[in-house]
Amino acid sequence: MTGEIGQLALCLALALALLTSGAGFSGARASAAMARGVASASALGMLVFIVTAFSALTYASIVSDFSILNVAQNSSTLKPLIYKITGVWGNHEGSMLLWVLVLSIYTAAIVFARRTHERMTSAALGVQGLLAAAFLVFILLTSNPFVRLDPMPFEGAGLNPLLQDFGLAVHPPILYSGYVGLSASFAFAAAALITKERDWVRAARPFMLAAWIALTLGIALGSWWAYYELGWGGFWFWDPVENASLMPWLIATALLHSTLATERTGAFRSWSLLLAIAGFSLSLIGTFLVRSGVLSSVHSFASDPTRGLYILGLIFGAIGGALALFAWRAPSLEDGAAFAPVSRETTLLLNNVFLAAATATVFIGTLYPLALDAMTGTKISVGPPYFALTFAPITVALLVLVPFGPRLAWKRGDARSTARLLLPAVGIAVVAGVAILAMTAPRSLAGAGAFAVAAWLLAASGIDASKRKLRTASAFASALAHAGLAVTLIGVAGISLWRSEALEVLAPGETMYVGSYALRLDGVEGKTGPNYQAARANITVLRDGTTIATMHPEKRFFPAEGQETVETAIRTTIFTDLYVALGDRRDQTRWVVRAYENPLAPFIWLGALVMAAGGFAALWARLTRPRAVPDAITAPAE
Amino acid sequence: MNAKKRRRLAFAIAILLAGAGAAALVLAALKDNVLYFYSPSDVHDKRVSAGVNFRIGGLVGMKSIRHGKGADVSFAVTDGRTEVPVFFHGVLPALFHEGRGVVALGALNDAGVFQASEVLAKHDERYMPPEVVDALKRSGRWKENE
Repeated sequence: MTGEIGQLALCLALALALLTSGAGFSGARASAAMARGVASASALGMLVFIVTAFSALTYASIVSDFSILNVAQNSSTLKPLIYKITGVWGNHEGSMLLWVLVLSIYTAAIVFARRTHERMTSAALGVQGLLAAAFLVFILLTSNPFVRLDPMPFEGAGLNPLLQDFGLAVHPPILYSGYVGLSASFAFAAAALITKERDWVRAARPFMLAAWIALTLGIALGSWWAYYELGWGGFWFWDPVENASLMPWLIATALLHSTLATERTGAFRSWSLLLAIAGFSLSLIGTFLVRSGVLSSVHSFASDPTRGLYILGLIFGAIGGALALFAWRAPSLEDGAAFAPVSRETTLLLNNVFLAAATATVFIGTLYPLALDAMTGTKISVGPPYFALTFAPITVALLVLVPFGPRLAWKRGDARSTARLLLPAVGIAVVAGVAILAMTAPRSLAGAGAFAVAAWLLAASGIDASKRKLRTASAFASALAHAGLAVTLIGVAGISLWRSEALEVLAPGETMYVGSYALRLDGVEGKTGPNYQAARANITVLRDGTTIATMHPEKRFFPAEGQETVETAIRTTIFTDLYVALGDRRDQTRWVVRAYENPLAPFIWLGALVMAAGGFAALWARLTRPRAVPDAITAPAE
Repeated sequence: MNAKKRRRLAFAIAILLAGAGAAALVLAALKDNVLYFYSPSDVHDKRVSAGVNFRIGGLVGMKSIRHGKGADVSFAVTDGRTEVPVFFHGVLPALFHEGRGVVALGALNDAGVFQASEVLAKHDERYMPPEVVDALKRSGRWKENE
């Protein structure tokens, strides 16, 4: 019964998506108030039916209804309840259902957020409805989660144990809120082109901010998961799936900055529209990369060529359609006021140029191997050294420029007063760099540089916070987000430059050394979890001869799935992580133990949280004062 | 030329310069940092020279795993036609077993032993790295439903 309800709900949602689309586009005409009402109502109806379908699948998973193929393949009665729920999106079909669920939530949010620009909002609903319809057809034709299985098995195949983890359980919904959130910017951009609305940013910006916050948190969560779950001690592997989430983030960041100018002075109007289109296009490309199985990745996902082909068609349709609309209509949207070479607009321009270039390097590194394989059959991979040589220098150059932006006035800035204000930050940066060079071992010029840049960003954010009297909440938000960048940079420098690693085979009673710690293996014992068997090591951590902690890394075996996972043990003091993973068993008593001391590693994710907090502050400022008319404020920033 | 056109031109030039800079970086980085994927037969047929980094993929040879001192381990990667000996110092992935798919990253030494710096195994029972499937198909050893 559950399956039939879900199936029916999906079909009804598709019908309403098409209605939303048709009525939404008709509502773009000034006289069609009736169509606008229909579009709003059917968008909300679509949300109701997609929630119904999603609930049906969740219910089937909770009660272990193995007459549904998807549940039988991805769940088992032995699985803890929390993973029965989160396992719903741990597989292809369920995750696509989650995708349209998030899309319909954003669509409903557009309905509720509309106050002005009725015609544009209606056209935006039309675009959202069209996207929802395309994805619903995709689900119904190639990825139906409600397909029946007959005869019904007694036990399901279980969920990939790597996904039976809280961090990864909440990762997809957050990341999708970002990916799919960019659809709202895309829809508003397309709607602005359709209705020739110049002032589209104000309506779209809350959605941009929400999507950016979700992407920031989603990427950070994914990176944190990889850090503690894969047992390799790294936080970013330049894996294509990771890159697929980084590219929309970079473009969303560029979009947030370019639209500052577009909203304020009308500058970069066409460019901002193009970025909004590009951001969602990269989300779609990311979905294609992850879901089509064209990638060889540390993330393993089910793959099916017809799905890849369909998504590819969808990408071409969406990108091609949007770009055609852009080419046709953008010339009629005039750019705003001119600006001097020294002005905030120029810094935003540079920000966008660097972010676009950084995105391009990631794009090429991710897609070049695929293109080469498709054209010549040669299989290559592009690893971390490539990204260290391309992405890193561009990003560092961008970070150095960050503090200038918020200091300069719109249209025409004063270079001298800006320089005077930032002089203390330069001093602090130099002192920080020299201090790091003098105090750390091994001595690292790159480390000194990274700390100098981080200090420069932090000091400038501090100056912003004090000197500008936090006149506006958005100034505070940008200072916070930029400080978050500095915190992440410190973490990345710490783990990349000063980590210690040790790899030993230990018998009980033996000791190994990593960084300033001594680790004594006291023994390895068996342990039984709810749906796994584990080997659990008891390791005593000593520093200068005194015991400071005991740690228990595990190796788990999941019989239902026939898989093993590594559960690392991490002891953090915020300033350094002691990271221990249990490797293979060598003989009766000896085990391979891998340990790292990762200085400053927690700063990586702490910085992401600070950045997201900056995003929240900006969103809060935006939502609590929605009636502000930015064009009326023409006073320079200082 | 009015201010608007001038600004547009400056914008275009900035984008072009950044594009050229990024392209130069990308080309320089790609030249030296691309890793080719070879099956054991490719390694033999193409006479891959020592010291060149690449990825090798195939199945772990039956009864080929030997543990050495400490975390040293050696094994063979095979595609059913050719075998390449591999040496690795590190932690083997959880699903590393004889007869199962594996991908390793490293370079051959002068003795023709592949010195692996990283070893990846397939992530679950159902999934096989696509390159390995491809290599096995080429050597005629691929069985569906394996």
